[in-house]
Amino acid sequence: MSIVLQNVSYTYRNDGNSVTQALSDINLEIHKGEFLAIVGHTGSGKSTLIQLLNGLERATQGKVFFQGKDIYSKDFSIKELRSKVGMVFQYPENQLFEATVIKDVEFGPRNMGQDTLQMELNSFQALKDVGIGEELLDASVLALSGGQKRRVAIAGVLAMQPEFLVLDEPMAGLDPVGRREIFALLQKLHKERGITIVFVSHSMEDAAEYADRVVVMNQGKIVLDGPPRKIFCYEKELERIGLGVPQATRLVHRLAEQGAQIEKDCLTVEESAAAILNWLQG
Amino acid sequence: MLRDITIGQYYRADSVIHRLDARVKIVGTILYIISLFTFSSFQGYAVSVLFFGIMVTLSKVPFSYIVRGLKPILFMLVFTAALNLFWTPGTTIVEIGMLHLTWEGLYKAGFISLRLILLILGSSLMTLTTTPNQLTDGIEHLLRPLKYIHVPVHELALMMSIALRFIPILIEETDRIMKAQTARGADFESGNIARRLKNMLPILIPLFVSAVNRANDLALAMDARCYHGGDNRTKMHPLRYQGKDILAYGACVFYLVVLGIIVRI
Repeated sequence: MSIVLQNVSYTYRNDGNSVTQALSDINLEIHKGEFLAIVGHTGSGKSTLIQLLNGLERATQGKVFFQGKDIYSKDFSIKELRSKVGMVFQYPENQLFEATVIKDVEFGPRNMGQDTLQMELNSFQALKDVGIGEELLDASVLALSGGQKRRVAIAGVLAMQPEFLVLDEPMAGLDPVGRREIFALLQKLHKERGITIVFVSHSMEDAAEYADRVVVMNQGKIVLDGPPRKIFCYEKELERIGLGVPQATRLVHRLAEQGAQIEKDCLTVEESAAAILNWLQG
Repeated sequence: MLRDITIGQYYRADSVIHRLDARVKIVGTILYIISLFTFSSFQGYAVSVLFFGIMVTLSKVPFSYIVRGLKPILFMLVFTAALNLFWTPGTTIVEIGMLHLTWEGLYKAGFISLRLILLILGSSLMTLTTTPNQLTDGIEHLLRPLKYIHVPVHELALMMSIALRFIPILIEETDRIMKAQTARGADFESGNIARRLKNMLPILIPLFVSAVNRANDLALAMDARCYHGGDNRTKMHPLRYQGKDILAYGACVFYLVVLGIIVRI
């Protein structure tokens, strides 16, 4: 049960006739049950990469397999793939279009051909999962707050009952409370529903705190891939491609450089605080 | 998906024609188009074609690129040519059933097609060498006298340039929304026309909402900077005639004079 990208490249033509290589020779396996962060700079190819996962973009070279089946072969149902691999775009609230919350959430499941009862159940459950109360089911989407709209948009994808949930910058433009809410939601979906989460971010802090695997991209290539603790050992390499490590990690690294006898393997503020306390108390 | 749509048909190159004041190009093109209707003789067409040829050479736009402009009117061209070929009374060359191909028809069809072709190619040379923004600027200047009869010239020009500016943004937005709805299983390709139109709603509604929001933001930003329309506004790149522009006007007049003489003879 996994998504496999095999020697995938993606090029596109800009106006004029120059060709841009967005992805070159990517090999990646996303296992079921992972909580994966894809980090990289603007233009590193991370958004293109995730659009290959459910066939929205087609790789110019290489193959994509979903559960061992080639998604570009003729007898593969791309529609089914799209319900199994749910995709939440950046600022998903901009894609809401129905008059009421519940109707918008039902759009996906209806397209997938679920019958009415099943569709209503799934939509209702999805809204409950993202924390939208029953009183808002028939509210106009335009009347909701920014954070609520985003959660409704995520529910719209969840209602299709995906096994993989792919999100492009799910926290963009949210305040700290909103960010925490979204991540709490993702963690809940991961833990309770067993949904594999893949999220794109350029925040190292988010990647360190939530992901159990981090893929670092630069100029269309995967440069690092592994658990966050391993990835953030490569501070110099990460800085060279303009990314760096979480602030808390950087602090203990700096202290160690200055000669402090300190535990360097810290990812979160809490871990760093404990390490510093430990060091101060000798 | 929508990545390859280009706006207008500007061809980037560095040539005398590209650098000319937009006003000269607009006025020149209008004069040229009018001139095409003042004659119907071989000599006249020879002068027009020659003049056009010189302009194309100067513009450095590949000829094959300019000819592409004819594609949309190809049908009209063939249609009018055929009509003239067979329905002009005169000396018959060939007779095919009801159709009489006449010498006069041949002449007329040839001339009319040539006129249409020059008309289209002449105006596309202007749009190929002038960016949409320069065009708007030029039109605004040329229409300035209309202000005295209370036509809001500046506002119209502003609306045009804002619209032009927003096209690429809206294309990008459309692309994104389309992908998002595709990911939710929306289908834009199958079904009859009514079905397809209905399937477009999930794209159109978010697009309208976002366009209205953007317009709102823009209005607010303009207000915050005390924007107040055309009076006493200065420009970053004011249009000023230079030597080559005067020369270009001269070339237009020269063309008209030569045409006048040749046609008279």
